Amino acid sequence: MDIHEYQAKSLLAEYGVPIPVGGLAYSPEQATYRATEIGGSSWVVKAQVHTGGRGKVGGIRMCSSEQEVWSAADDLFGTRLVTDQTGERGRGVFRLYIEQTVDIDREIYLGFVLDRSTERIMLVASAAGGMEIEQIIDEEPDSLIRVVIEPAVGLQAFQAREVAFALGLDRGVVAEASNLLLAAYLAFRDLDATMVEINPLVVTGDGRMLALDAKMAFDDNALFKHQKVSELRDKSQEDPREMRANDRGLSYVGLDGDIGCIINGAGLAMATMDMIKHSGGEPANFLDIGGGASPERVAKAFNLVRSDESVSAILVNIFAGINRCDWVAEGVVKAMHELDIQVPVIVRLSGTNVEEGRRILTESDVSLITAETLAEAAEKAVAAVNREDAA
Amino acid sequence: MSIVIDEKTRVLVQGFTGRIGSFHAEEMIGYGTNVVGGVTPGRGGTTLFDRPVFDTVKDAVDATGADVSIVFVPPPFAADALMEAADAGLRSAVCITDGIPAQDMMTVKRYMRRYKAERRMQLIGPNCAGVISPGKALLGIMPGHIYIPGEVGIIGRSGTLGYEAASQLKAAGIGVSTSVGIGGDPINGSSFKDHLAAFEQDPDTRVVVMIGEIGGPQEAEAAAFAKQHMYKPVVGYIAGLTAPKGRTMGHAGAIVSTVGESAAEKVEILKGCGVTVVERPSEFGEVVGRILNRTV
Repeated sequence: MDIHEYQAKSLLAEYGVPIPVGGLAYSPEQATYRATEIGGSSWVVKAQVHTGGRGKVGGIRMCSSEQEVWSAADDLFGTRLVTDQTGERGRGVFRLYIEQTVDIDREIYLGFVLDRSTERIMLVASAAGGMEIEQIIDEEPDSLIRVVIEPAVGLQAFQAREVAFALGLDRGVVAEASNLLLAAYLAFRDLDATMVEINPLVVTGDGRMLALDAKMAFDDNALFKHQKVSELRDKSQEDPREMRANDRGLSYVGLDGDIGCIINGAGLAMATMDMIKHSGGEPANFLDIGGGASPERVAKAFNLVRSDESVSAILVNIFAGINRCDWVAEGVVKAMHELDIQVPVIVRLSGTNVEEGRRILTESDVSLITAETLAEAAEKAVAAVNREDAA
Repeated sequence: MSIVIDEKTRVLVQGFTGRIGSFHAEEMIGYGTNVVGGVTPGRGGTTLFDRPVFDTVKDAVDATGADVSIVFVPPPFAADALMEAADAGLRSAVCITDGIPAQDMMTVKRYMRRYKAERRMQLIGPNCAGVISPGKALLGIMPGHIYIPGEVGIIGRSGTLGYEAASQLKAAGIGVSTSVGIGGDPINGSSFKDHLAAFEQDPDTRVVVMIGEIGGPQEAEAAAFAKQHMYKPVVGYIAGLTAPKGRTMGHAGAIVSTVGESAAEKVEILKGCGVTVVERPSEFGEVVGRILNRTV
């Protein structure tokens, strides 16, 4: 689960990470009020969206009067920011964060991630702050500092100090920087984060350390431990179809193709999508309906997939293990009866009670295309789409 | 022979009396697995399917001589159950549970290191379909009837994709020595490499099929291991050709986040290490059949 910048900053601040003074606004009026409250003569108006790269598409505005704050806010509210990470739909701007401007002396990159090779939390830092991590890896690979953290004891003060010195920080701020690293690590560990990124972490003109931007992502499997974190979920930032799917216990990822997929198991789902691609088609989605493919789940899956207007055929591929194909077949027939499905539906069943399942499909009155193997299913789906296109 | 389990292996079920645990325990007993008892804290002294239930894993091991366990404990308590299994001196534990926090798994793996390598438990999973040695024993949730006994070892992340491969092999008349699911989580127990090493030593396995997916370094590590340390042919498949970068495809671990983690990149790494790559997921039976015929 992702959260907004202002939420990440507030969590990090509770652990002792210094952040600039700021306030949240839901309207241009609130934004100007926040600016007055913060004081000073210049402010940054920042769109709160779950994506990186918002600065490049006008999501961050520098303002030097309250009037400018009002105009920037008025301009941003209700727009959608499209960055290279969001896809075409972009992310809606419904919240703004107003901050005091900061006199920046140096910018640093700081991140914590779950590293799969070492199976440890890893601290990543670079003196080339402000750039994205991929860009740092490409352009300044030697500047990367990596510290693998031993889970039994956690990040140690000497490790934090080593990083601070390696970043070439002035002696005067090393202690403050070390404390900041330790605080950010504790936030990551205690809250079951999967990512903490402070970029840039800045040294101000008057020699203070500040987290100027912050991102946090959390382990969905651990949210049950952290009610406060779960409450930070902002559904307006999620793809509506993926959100509906997740709320119904289905795992869905929307893609650009036209063959809707309903499959049980993540690996088989990916393999089926690959098979569609090999057969000359493009999958419209990844959809794993999970282990217990009950008739209700199958019906929910149909509802979800057909809500994507670009879908011109639906491929159902179920390998029944604990399930039984006859139950799945009943689910498919039920869904076809109850929902008005206008596109061709290709069904491939395999596994437990497959004969019975196939019999139910062929004896039913619904119009289906059946297939016995994975290859046949993919080919028939692609052929069906091509027929639809020609018609 | 086989790896991990055979008909003699004494199996304990953790989470025995729960809805899911009891369902699969019955299936495993029906397949012929030597299930010797189960553990549910607070239910010690009762019985289920004529097998004794214990409060702790240690009690169960003392009373039954169990050497492996299968874990169906719900996610919030699963890490604790795995550490309890490790401490009781079990040889292997298979964790079926899906949804264990990644940092809990880090704790489990760190905890397991307190035992010397000789008596350190082998953890398989979590979030996996388990292990089956066809005709001998089932230590998992897979449908037993799609496997026939034979000479092909299977290692895979995904349950149903593993079933797909096994049923293609069965249709081609090809049997399986053991099939191991290592699970779809980013931080898991045993890796592809660990089981490749075991299959290399298993006299009844002639070919190993490795079914990987996008995300993580384990497929590449396994391919390097196969190149340097294996005589037996390895067949590999990587799912997720169509997966976009940065999106999690169902499994928490199926996400392309760094260089070398996409399907296309992994396929190149496998080929570079001499692994025979199954290009299409419909060709497991054909490719494995060809290699078996070549290496009589």
